[in-house]
Amino acid sequence: MTEALQQKLPLAFLHGEAVIEKPEDLYIPPEALEVILETFEGPLDLLLYLIKRHKLDILELPIFSITQQYVQYVEMMKDMQLELAGEYLVMAALLAQIKSRMLLPKHEELEEEEDPRAELVRRLQEYEQFKQAAENLDEIPRVERDIFVAHALVDSSTDNEPEFPDIELRELLLALSEVMARAKTFEHHHISAEALSTRERMSFILQLLREQNKPVEFARFFTLDEGRSGVVVTFIAMLELIKEQLVDYIQSATAASIYLHLKG
Amino acid sequence: MKRRVSDEQLVELVEAAIFVSDKPLSKKRLKETVLEDISVSSPRIDQALETLVNHYQTRGVRLVEVGTGYRFQACPSLSPWLSKLWQEKAPKYSRATLETLALIAYRQPITRGEIEQVRGVTVSSNIIKSLIDREWIKVVGYKEVPGKPALYATTKQFLDYFSLSGLGELPRLPEQHNEKIEQLLNDPSVREPSE
Repeated sequence: MTEALQQKLPLAFLHGEAVIEKPEDLYIPPEALEVILETFEGPLDLLLYLIKRHKLDILELPIFSITQQYVQYVEMMKDMQLELAGEYLVMAALLAQIKSRMLLPKHEELEEEEDPRAELVRRLQEYEQFKQAAENLDEIPRVERDIFVAHALVDSSTDNEPEFPDIELRELLLALSEVMARAKTFEHHHISAEALSTRERMSFILQLLREQNKPVEFARFFTLDEGRSGVVVTFIAMLELIKEQLVDYIQSATAASIYLHLKG
Repeated sequence: MKRRVSDEQLVELVEAAIFVSDKPLSKKRLKETVLEDISVSSPRIDQALETLVNHYQTRGVRLVEVGTGYRFQACPSLSPWLSKLWQEKAPKYSRATLETLALIAYRQPITRGEIEQVRGVTVSSNIIKSLIDREWIKVVGYKEVPGKPALYATTKQFLDYFSLSGLGELPRLPEQHNEKIEQLLNDPSVREPSE
């Protein structure tokens, strides 16, 4: 970057003034800068980056210099016409607010008054915690990348198509009563005000079946902590779907689990 | 009349069952299917599993317990070579996806709003959808607040994928130094002078 180039094009407009000089502490070439700016996972991530780059402690959040730098970055992002999420601007406003509160004299009589930075520091710490947790999660060995599952095949001559016996309605009702009995133990969680919608539950069942893309066990459709009414709504939704021929039910053997699957 | 089998026969049967099963095989499923007509107590099954785990300790495959049951998997130290069997590289996950997944894993059940609060940005629907499609997370309920947002939690398939037998095996969350916040923020010397 030559001096001439910098003077030709203002880098950004900050408070209506053209910024021709790049901020002193920025040694990043513009093409790299764009890449860096795009990698931020949001305002908290950007703030953490600024704090880390200056080897500062989050707990000592130097609000004046950090605010200034933050705004410079946000202006640059705008300038480069990166799609700027609204959250960045909200954070800029929050920083400005904290800054102005810091400038106010501290009331001696109000000893309980919290440092204006405290909430932001807490959020930064929490975000940092999960940023780290996400990195740790990425390190855990996982299937496909680090873990390869071993399989053996069964002699194909024993590979026969399973036959599904017909189910009588009585068995479906029997299965319902089991779920009902289980739901009973959750009754103190009963939600009284909510009117559970059968249609909504029907979509839920369809969605679950579509996602699973295979028969799903009867009991899995029930959310027991919804109490009896929840179970009833789910069951009615099932019957409705069966009536409308959208789903079908199967059983691998008499008295075995009942499965629902998408029709067609 | 249920059949009786010797310890050796039981070990062979359990070994073969886990090997041919498409998915990890739990003790419960083992009992309900393969061992249905065989007279065998739970401690004997445990013993058979233990024998197998020990037997494979020195082999290229190992018997491990994951979220939904037991499975055989290649010894992790062989992975760099084994991965050459496949042309495609295993998918990489974006930071946004991993952070969202970490929040769901450690803070479940959690709403989308709560995830957004910690991350400071909107969580895209695509991320949630892809995590649900992968069967790593699921909706476990709805929070009793206006809008009734869905509560997300991780699944047993998530545990299988990361070869964990329970959430307790996740790495511990990095420590936060809460006691220090108050102390430092209340220390007048830490306050910056006004400009």
